[in-house]
Amino acid sequence: MVPEIGHFALALALALALVQSVLPIAGASRGNAVWMKSAQATAIGQVLFVAIAFAALMQAFIASDFTVRNVVENSHSLKPMLYKVAGTWGSHEGSLLLWILILAVFGAGVAWFGSNIPAETKARTLSVQAWISVGFLSFLLLTSNPFERVFPPPLDGNDLNPLLQDMGLAMHPPLLYFGYVGYSIVFSFAVAALLEGRVDPAWARWVRPWTLAAWVSLTAGIALGSWWAYYELGWGGWWFWDPVENVSFMPWLLGTALLHSAIVTEKRDAFKSWTILLAILTFSLSLLGTFIVRSGLLTSVHAFAVDPERGLYILGLLAVSIGGSLALYAWRAPEMEPGGLFRPISREAGLLVNNLILAAATGTVLFGTLYPLILEAITGDKISVGPPFFNAAFIPMMLALVVFMGLGPFLSWKRADIAGLLDRIRFVVVLAFIAALAAWYLLNGGPIMAYLAILGAAWLLFATLREWALRIRLFEVPLAESARRARNLPRASHGMTLAHAGVAVLMMGMIGSTGWKSEEIVFAAPGTEVTIAGFDITFEGATQVQGPNYIADRGTLVVRRDGELVTTLFPERRYYPVAESQTTESAIRSTLAGDLYTSIATPASDQVNNAGAWTLRILYEPLVNLIWIGSILLVIGGCLSLSDRRLRVGAPRRAKQPASDAVPAE
Amino acid sequence: MKRLIAGLPFIAAVIFGGFFLWGLNPDRDPNEIPSVLISQPAPAFDLDPVPGLETPGLARSDLVGNERPVVVNVFASWCVPCRAEHAVLTRFVEREGMRLFGINYKDKPEDAVKWLNDLGNPYERIGSDLSGRTGIEWGLSGVPETFIVDGDGTVLFRYVGPVVGPDAVERFTQALKQAGALPKGAAS
Repeated sequence: MVPEIGHFALALALALALVQSVLPIAGASRGNAVWMKSAQATAIGQVLFVAIAFAALMQAFIASDFTVRNVVENSHSLKPMLYKVAGTWGSHEGSLLLWILILAVFGAGVAWFGSNIPAETKARTLSVQAWISVGFLSFLLLTSNPFERVFPPPLDGNDLNPLLQDMGLAMHPPLLYFGYVGYSIVFSFAVAALLEGRVDPAWARWVRPWTLAAWVSLTAGIALGSWWAYYELGWGGWWFWDPVENVSFMPWLLGTALLHSAIVTEKRDAFKSWTILLAILTFSLSLLGTFIVRSGLLTSVHAFAVDPERGLYILGLLAVSIGGSLALYAWRAPEMEPGGLFRPISREAGLLVNNLILAAATGTVLFGTLYPLILEAITGDKISVGPPFFNAAFIPMMLALVVFMGLGPFLSWKRADIAGLLDRIRFVVVLAFIAALAAWYLLNGGPIMAYLAILGAAWLLFATLREWALRIRLFEVPLAESARRARNLPRASHGMTLAHAGVAVLMMGMIGSTGWKSEEIVFAAPGTEVTIAGFDITFEGATQVQGPNYIADRGTLVVRRDGELVTTLFPERRYYPVAESQTTESAIRSTLAGDLYTSIATPASDQVNNAGAWTLRILYEPLVNLIWIGSILLVIGGCLSLSDRRLRVGAPRRAKQPASDAVPAE
Repeated sequence: MKRLIAGLPFIAAVIFGGFFLWGLNPDRDPNEIPSVLISQPAPAFDLDPVPGLETPGLARSDLVGNERPVVVNVFASWCVPCRAEHAVLTRFVEREGMRLFGINYKDKPEDAVKWLNDLGNPYERIGSDLSGRTGIEWGLSGVPETFIVDGDGTVLFRYVGPVVGPDAVERFTQALKQAGALPKGAAS
């Protein structure tokens, strides 16, 4: 019964979305206030019905209702409850339902909180949002019904892919989707603005909190996914330039550009058609990600069960939404008036460079990701583009970005004072060089690129702190006065400082864990000793243990440093009999200085009379935890900025501009 | 001009869309790795023997001019599946009379010697490819890989991954028989 309610609720949501996709926008062009207002009710009704459907599916998973095909294929009665719940979004159908739920949440959010948005803009925006809803709801109902029943019902399920049975991954898709799909509302705003033919600073201000909310979630989602890959996949890396990672990273990069260009539109009424284009492209890349993950277009470690028919349907959706919006852009954007002149050295110019670099970086990742497909289509050759390409192309761009990132906040709008600027950053530049040279002296060895990166990270960190110190006049006035100034700064300004510092911290982690990683792969019998990064590790053997739905071989590794016991690690190799698959559970000793990372692989084959020998993989990754700490700083910075009164969703439309010396930079 | 620039994103999207449409062709399998060397001459190489081992080194000239096609197996002591495969290949050599040559890929000589002493050495010749250069010439996608090369030095068959398990052994046996790599009347 419950699954049928869910199915029916989805159909009702589709009906509401159909109404919402026509009525409000027609009302906006005819000036019919009642029609426009209807979007309010339909948007909120949509989220209710989709939530009912989602709850119905979740109930089927929690109760292990094996009459529902999706539950049979992705769950098992013995699975821990958390993963039963997470199983709701573990499959193609369930995750698509989650996608739609978030789409509806953002639509309803604008309907509910957007009282400051003019009725016409709001009506158009919500209609555009409903077009996306119609596309995806019909996709779900027509090709991937999550509530399909099976008869006769089997006694038990096939289990969720064991790799996905992990806390990090339970949370990863919801956050990632919140980011991905969150950009939909920005897209809708952009299309509505194109239809209206008007973009002004107020528009940028309505769009910004939604962009920021999506960006924060996407940041958290990507970081969580990277963290999951790091400790669950057992490869000991946190980023692999896998196509599916890339498709989540591209909207992030372009979304970051959008976040910054929207500031210029808001403050200076400039970059208007560029901001619109970024809004369209950012969501287009999110859609592209959805398409690539679900169509089997590229080889990837991720990807759902593949079905060409679904791929074709999504491609159709893409053609309509991306093609349609870009055609609209080609038609309407040239009519937009440019505004806000500025000098080559100014905050605008700094943000322009930021945008160009981010867009170029996005283009690089896009090209690298799709190059195998393009080459195969043209020449028939099959290749894969791996980390060497991305590292060579991407890292120099990021270093250039870091230079401007440190510089940008020092620049004032319209025209910056060059002499004053040099005066302010001189000290920071010297400090950054000292830090890089100190690193060179202390570490001797490692790639030259790593020292350039250290220089960049140090510059960014010091410049960000210096700019913040200047703003509160730290050490120039009494501390109490500085504290008062800090309190009076807009939260968005603190948010920028935190986020930029977060990038510096993140960089340090990346540099440490790639430039100074040590790794040993040994074929070890019990009693074998391995020495790595000052740790002496003794393999004491492996035993078999029984988990709730798996059997594991658990290795015991005693870690000593200078003869003293540090810790004992228990890496596992788990075998899930129901799903017939294996996972690696690495054991990690984590400190701020670095992670000692151990994993154990399958024992030697039975055909070899060398039983008791195992393959051990032991890595030391210095500073790797700074990556997660930096990501957390980014998220906190974004949240702080989001809580800024001036930008808060629902803040009065014409809030008073803050004093010009306290303009938030990012 | 302005119109043209504003239209560029649309044009780019249409081009990408065309590639995507092509990519969705149901007959296309992005996971399939084509065997580039099949029916091609084996690459030229000349590898030294593994130091500390009495087995001689391996060069392309050793593969050419044999009476029957021979088998080249790329292995390493650090490669766990190679251990499992080793037993299978040894059986082919001992029972079926297959001629087996080895390329020891990116392996420390002392590890390789220990490995072969522990497990036995079914290889007539072993070349030590420390730098991995020869592996690149052969177009390796991983270790182990196994090739059948005929008397002219042409690659007849390539097997990616360990020849372990009934299906793999069956495919490999078929390939050996088709190539005529097994002496007639050998026990099977």
